[in-house]
Amino acid sequence: MMASTTFEKVRGAAADILQAPVAQITPASSPVTIESWDSVQHLNLVLALEEKLGIQFEPEEMDKMNSIGEIVDLVDAKLKAN
Amino acid sequence: MCQVTGSVRDEADEWIAAGHAGKAAAALQEIFRVEGGSGAAASFVVSRYEKIRTALGLRPHRVAILRSFTVEPVVPLLRAAGFAAGLDLSVHVGEFNAYVQEIVDGGSALYGFAADTAILAVDSRDAAARLWRDWSALSSAEARSEIDGVIERFRNWIAAFRGHSQASLIVHSLASPEAMARGILDAQMEASQAEAFQEINREVRKAAREQRGVYVLDYDALIARHGRSGWGDDRKWLTVRMPFAAGHVGDMAREWMRFLRPLSGKVAKAVAVDLDNTLWGGVIGEDGIDGIKLGDEYPGAAYREVQRALLDLRRRGILLAVCSKNNPSDAMEVLERHPEMLLRPEHFAAIRIDWNDKAGNLREIAAELNIGIDAMAFLDDNPVERQQVRGDLPEVAVIELPADAPQFARAIREAPVFERLALSAEDAQRGDMYRVQRERQKLESAAGSREDFYRSLEQEAEIGRVTGATLARVAQLTQKTNQFNLTTRRYTEQEIERMSDSPDWRVYWLRVRDRFSDNGLVGVAALRRNGHAWEIDTLLLSCRVIGRTVETAFLAYLIDETVGAGASVIEGWFLPTKKNAPASEFYSSHGFRLAEETGKGARWVLDLPQQAVRYPEWIRMTRHGEVK
Repeated sequence: MMASTTFEKVRGAAADILQAPVAQITPASSPVTIESWDSVQHLNLVLALEEKLGIQFEPEEMDKMNSIGEIVDLVDAKLKAN
Repeated sequence: MCQVTGSVRDEADEWIAAGHAGKAAAALQEIFRVEGGSGAAASFVVSRYEKIRTALGLRPHRVAILRSFTVEPVVPLLRAAGFAAGLDLSVHVGEFNAYVQEIVDGGSALYGFAADTAILAVDSRDAAARLWRDWSALSSAEARSEIDGVIERFRNWIAAFRGHSQASLIVHSLASPEAMARGILDAQMEASQAEAFQEINREVRKAAREQRGVYVLDYDALIARHGRSGWGDDRKWLTVRMPFAAGHVGDMAREWMRFLRPLSGKVAKAVAVDLDNTLWGGVIGEDGIDGIKLGDEYPGAAYREVQRALLDLRRRGILLAVCSKNNPSDAMEVLERHPEMLLRPEHFAAIRIDWNDKAGNLREIAAELNIGIDAMAFLDDNPVERQQVRGDLPEVAVIELPADAPQFARAIREAPVFERLALSAEDAQRGDMYRVQRERQKLESAAGSREDFYRSLEQEAEIGRVTGATLARVAQLTQKTNQFNLTTRRYTEQEIERMSDSPDWRVYWLRVRDRFSDNGLVGVAALRRNGHAWEIDTLLLSCRVIGRTVETAFLAYLIDETVGAGASVIEGWFLPTKKNAPASEFYSSHGFRLAEETGKGARWVLDLPQQAVRYPEWIRMTRHGEVK
């Protein structure tokens, strides 16, 4: 299997959880642009990424995950720090 | 955990678009099998099952979760696991921390939901806050009164729930704190914080045992199994009130499934096991009886543990069968003579050792044991065989085994498909009954006529009204019996108890003994009075005694009882299913006339008194409690 980028991993999880086509998810996607992205799905997305990538988000960081682009940046920073 | 490539997701979507629900379900099961712990995959699987659930004819089951903490992320994983098991779970999550109001208020959303099963999941930090947090500040009298208060509240919740609902109830036990307030001193003191939580849990178990259909989920043991220090993630507790870390959300769902499987009847009645590298290490055809690995030492010890786990299943009422590609004489020599074998030929209810494909052999084994193919589980170390069985027989529960033999036994012990919530005397003896059945069949083929065979069986039928001692088995039979079952209505213990308490209902059980053995409690009938007519709501027989005319004896007895109660008519529905063809001729062959046919079935009527149904002369009848 080819190594996928952080964006592809985040996009895959977001598509599964938000039940949106993969192609529709861009760095600009956010709770404003995707209707199904409510607080429960936000938590599910956070948990899915933690579980899949073996990382843990700090409480402060959970407030800074307002779009797919922001999430990708945060995950990248965490994976580098590990 | 590896991720199934997008293509399997696309494949599932294509099958759905093409209207092939069965193939779509197979693709979704594959995604769930490979990515099982992932909440993302579960969300995908659930969203796609939503589109095909009606076409698949899954068994519906309604689950209400009463909770003091965040459980929402568990729900997609639970529903996905349900779908993969053939269960369509509707889940109602109670308001956050409103479990007390929902339980005590008979008009709450909880009771409006009409759950089949409710789960009461309360965190120790909510249910026993002072014992958790302030232990070292409490005097021993204060601690005593806190402990008693917690126990009292659990007792009240359980009683209030049972007062309003007949649903099954699963109560989480309380988790112990990870670090005791007094450190290692706690274990030296009579007033121990750890002991306080153990005492509460003991009393909750006792309260559950005193009620029907109330079960304890040992939450403390669940956490211990996964490692207490890694179970929770403080950030999640403090921010979103979720007591488990991201990696354990799936473990919570799996633990709930261990209860929902037996509660909904989605369990295996038999497991067919491979031999080489499953029951022993190595290949008998190549290594020989002295070369295979089995015994107290590594690596043979791992296989002994597998055999021990299988013997435990057998004592739980699950039949064992052999399904192996081997030369029969080589393999039988090991089963009969290897000194380290725990499993012997007499432990197996059916044996298939040949070079045929395993799917075909599994079908034959199911037919020989007289159980549905969907009641079979399959255990094989070889992933290729597992994949083939999964493809050919999607109904069979294929047990996932890790590559490493020392982990096999654990995988068997943790498989939800083998769970039971009650154990009857019949369960513990079932394995032996099938051996006796083979002797019966020998007698049948030796007998000159059917009547000779019936006479030679020396059958005795004992019939009684259901009581506390027989409730569990009667409910279990309504849950599990598919073939000789006129209406296939499933009842819980609580429902059976209610029916038997009602003046308009009579619930009977049937026990059959013969010259070979006591078959145990093998029949159930539930009759309901509508004025002068009595309706047979339920009549079923375990497959063990089909074809031996005991159904005629049972019916004759029921007719006598209803005539005694002043009935002028006895009637009943036959509701056809995929599996109950063996019962389809029951009414017509006993002189009932067809009164009504609808899309769901046919209603049959017999006017009383009658001459059509007589006691077979070869069955000795006993009324329960009567001394003969």
